[in-house]
Order: sequence, then C-alpha cells, then structure tokens
Amino acid sequence: MIQTVIRNDEIAPGTFLLAVERQHDFQPGETVKVGLDDALPPRIYSICSGNQEDELRVLFNIKEEGALTPNLAQLQPGDPVMVSEPGGSFSGTADPAVWIATGTGIAPFYSMLHSGLAANKTLLHGVRLAEQFYFSPEWEEALGDHYHRFCSKEDVAGIPRGRVNLYLDRAALPANQKYYICGQATMCVEVRDLLIAKGIPFGNIVVEIYF
Amino acid sequence: MVPVMKPALFGKNLTELTDLALALGLPKFTGKQLAGWLYHKQVDSIADMSNLSKKARELLEDQYCIGVHEPVKVQASTDGTKKYLFETDAEQFIETAMIPDKERRTVCVSSQVGCKMGCLFCMTGKQGFQGQLTAGEIVNQIRSIAERDEVSNIVYMGMGEPFDNLDEVLKSIEILTSEWGYAMSPRRITVSSIGITPGLVRFLRECEAHLAISLHTPFHAERQQLMPVQIAYPLQEVIDEIKQWDFSGQRRVSFEYIVFHGLNDTPQHVQELVRMLNGIRCRINLIRFHPIPGTPLIGTDEQTLQGFKDQLNNKGLFTTIRASRGQDIFAACGLLSTKALQAEAAKR
Repeated sequence: MIQTVIRNDEIAPGTFLLAVERQHDFQPGETVKVGLDDALPPRIYSICSGNQEDELRVLFNIKEEGALTPNLAQLQPGDPVMVSEPGGSFSGTADPAVWIATGTGIAPFYSMLHSGLAANKTLLHGVRLAEQFYFSPEWEEALGDHYHRFCSKEDVAGIPRGRVNLYLDRAALPANQKYYICGQATMCVEVRDLLIAKGIPFGNIVVEIYF
Repeated sequence: MVPVMKPALFGKNLTELTDLALALGLPKFTGKQLAGWLYHKQVDSIADMSNLSKKARELLEDQYCIGVHEPVKVQASTDGTKKYLFETDAEQFIETAMIPDKERRTVCVSSQVGCKMGCLFCMTGKQGFQGQLTAGEIVNQIRSIAERDEVSNIVYMGMGEPFDNLDEVLKSIEILTSEWGYAMSPRRITVSSIGITPGLVRFLRECEAHLAISLHTPFHAERQQLMPVQIAYPLQEVIDEIKQWDFSGQRRVSFEYIVFHGLNDTPQHVQELVRMLNGIRCRINLIRFHPIPGTPLIGTDEQTLQGFKDQLNNKGLFTTIRASRGQDIFAACGLLSTKALQAEAAKR
C-alpha cells in the first residue's frame, strides 16, 4: 500500500532510517517490502521500530549499483512510498537468546529491543566502520555488559578489531538457548557453522539472510 | 596499466547484436549474421566471421571480443560424470557438471559465483556469494565443453540461485531456445529454485522452461532451519503461486527433496506433502544427501528412502529417487564449490 514518508534521516554516511505511519500489528523481527513504483521490484527490509510505536521504520543503506536504494535515499517527508503488510518469521521471544548482527542486520533486534524483548539477551554487532554501530547509546543503556561490538576495518578504542567470531570462538555458549543471526550471507553462514561446531543444535539457530 | 577488457559478443541476444551493429554503422541484418556465427557456427574469433565485410570485422574487433572461455580444469568420475571448472572475466571460479545417461547428456550449469541463500545442506552455500554470472558466462558452460554438440538437457542446478540472477538467467534461456540462438526446446531445460516468489512469478510468465522447486520439508519451522529463505519467502506462498499455473501440458514442475535421517523422512512428512501438493500435477525427486564438512545432517538409509518413496507413490504423488552421480569428484547435488579457489584468488 502507498504510504507517506514521515522522516528519512541519514543516521550514518549512506545509511537511512525511513519512517512511515504504522498501519498494522506485527511481531518484532518481521519484515516489510518497500518500493517506489511498479517498475522496480520492492525489496524486503526488517522493521526497525517497536511494535507499539506509532511509526514503522526501516533501516537501509545505499547500494551504489542498486536500482532502488539510491532513489529511496532521496525520499523527503510527504513523498509517497510503497510499504507492504508485515510478514516473515524471524520472530523474537522473551526467552534468553544471543542476537548476532552485521551492519544493518541490527534492525530486527532494534525492533525487539523497542518491543520489550531485550531482557536476558546478549547482542554481538559486527561492522566494518565505527560509524556503523547504529543506535549504540541505546544498546549500551539497555544491555550494558551484554552488548559487544566488533569493528573489522578500523581501530576503535575499547572495541576489538575483527569480527563477531572473536567472541564466539572464546565464549562458553549455552546449547539450550536460541541464537539469532541477521546480516549478509557469508557472515550468517560462517557464524552458523561456528555455532554448530561448538555444539549448538541447528534447531536453536535462526538465520535471516539479507538477500 | 590495467588492460581494459572489451565487451563480449557472446551472450548478447539478437536485439543487442542488432543494436550494436547499427551503432557501428553496419546494416541491420548484421545482427542476425552475428548471432549465426556465435550460436550456430560457434566460431572462436571475429576474424572467422567470413560473410561479414573486412571493414565490419575490423570495426567489431576494435570494440568487442568473442568472449568465450575454455574450462581451466576437467575432472572425470568413474561413472562418466565430468566436472568442469571455468574462470570468469572477474577472475572468479565456477563449476559445471556434465552427466551422461545412456543417450542423454545433461549439463548442470551455475548461475552465480557462490550463493546467498545459505542452505544448511549445501556446499555452495558455505562459500557465500561472490558475484553474478552474465548470460554469456552461463551459456559458455555449455558452449565450451567437449560434449557441446551432444548436449540433450540443461538444468540450472549448479552453483547459485537462478531466481536471484533472473535477468541473466532468462537471457541465457532466450539464447538457448531462440531460432537465432541454439534453437533448443525449452522442454529440455529445467530451472531449479529454492522459491523466491517474485522471481518465480516472472519466470513462469516469461519463460517456458520446466520448473523445479527445492522443497526438502513441508513444515515451516523445519524448513526455516534448513533454508533461511523460508523466513522471507515461505513455501506455502510458493505453492499457492504454482497452483495458479497450468502444468497439465508439456511444461513440468517437480519438487526436489533431500531425505535426511530422522528429520524429514517420517509418515507425517508424507501426509503433509500429499496435502500441500494436492491439485498440482507434479513429480517429487528424492535425493540422497551427500555429506559436507561440518554438517549436523545425516542422509537417510536406503530402506527408509525406498519406503518413503513407496508411501508417496501409494498416495498418488509420482515420486522417483534421483541417482547420485559424480560423488567421487564432488560433482553431485549440493557439492559444487569453488571456495578454496576463491580464497587463493583473493590472496593474489
């Protein structure tokens, strides 16, 4: 359905948080399809807002060679944008879990955070550049010592240089809790393989790949 | 200075060949002549296009190359299957399998370098995604193998998810099936997908080739564990779409089902498959699981496999067991991977 853009803020270089009015109920972790017109196929984005908020937001970054995102980035308040009903099944629960994200793969977990599901959670967020630690003040406040950041392409004081594997390799990982992984394909597959190698049953691993 | 690679003629459709001829100031019919040289006579150089004027050949050579690539390695299985390794223009590697069976020569082509889909049971998925193939690079996997003149069937079941590179896949099928191209029947081509619904709709609308869907379990939660795509594009949505199309004629739809021990080989799975596929004229291909490193999955035993097949057939679902081919050279279903070569290339 066609909605009206409320805000489209560039929260980091090339990364935008697009807001429209929330029209439907959804489970935190679900996705919507976002498009501009019938000429370009819509893309699927995780909802990046709480399920009781008035706004529904999505987090996206500009794909230089992409057809959709450079145009999405141009949207101004008042412009029309196509947003589907929510769907998908990457759904969070109140049970203890480890959330693992790279880049904008943080979005579904941010929705879970703002839907009251952050208790008993550990978040691992891997990025290339420090500017991509989206919403880090809120994460620090909500998760404290259970918020772990990793930066692979630059040195940042107090943050390990490398990927989320740095943590997973060393940590004692409970086999009886869920591990949610969200991000690009290579990271998701590597992390899933690492978790399986460490004895986590694959039934306790939930993967959402950004196709 | 890095040499600039000229664009390839191979892989262009008739419209593109005609447009480039006109842009060079050549007659419109040159487009059809080029298609004939590329896809009927399969020449190796522009100089061999002897019915073009010398000036036309010079103009073409100045701006284009043929763009075909010989395989860089060939492995032969004890069962006659061959695995070809190709290097792409982007210095990446893909694999192609040629599977002989009596008079048939089936070529299993790749559509991407690596794959984004991350299926738990697939070696290609463990490689991650490195890039898209062009239509020319897809068709080249048929054009440049030793058996090119004997190929009877083509299956898009190699590395990659075809519906994630649909523009190039459709263009490659256009080249393979058009009169100006290889003039193959689309009924000799099968495209296999894990079921990306928007791509599925477009494929069914724009193409006549057969469709195969990687199903593997009819239950949502199980499929989500095996195939992350289930989160974004649930199987039920795929089945609902397929039910909108007519497969009662020559066009076929089949469902691929790797059978895992204790996971998807129970009577409940039979029952749910029968319910889910009710109303679709289709075939189920049961596939033996070929173990990959680090996998928590185990293939079902032969007795259970046969029993599972019989139960499905008894319920009216036409079901066969696909023969495993090329397992000794890692050419069998789910085993194609160029991860090690990609890593070496990255170091260089």
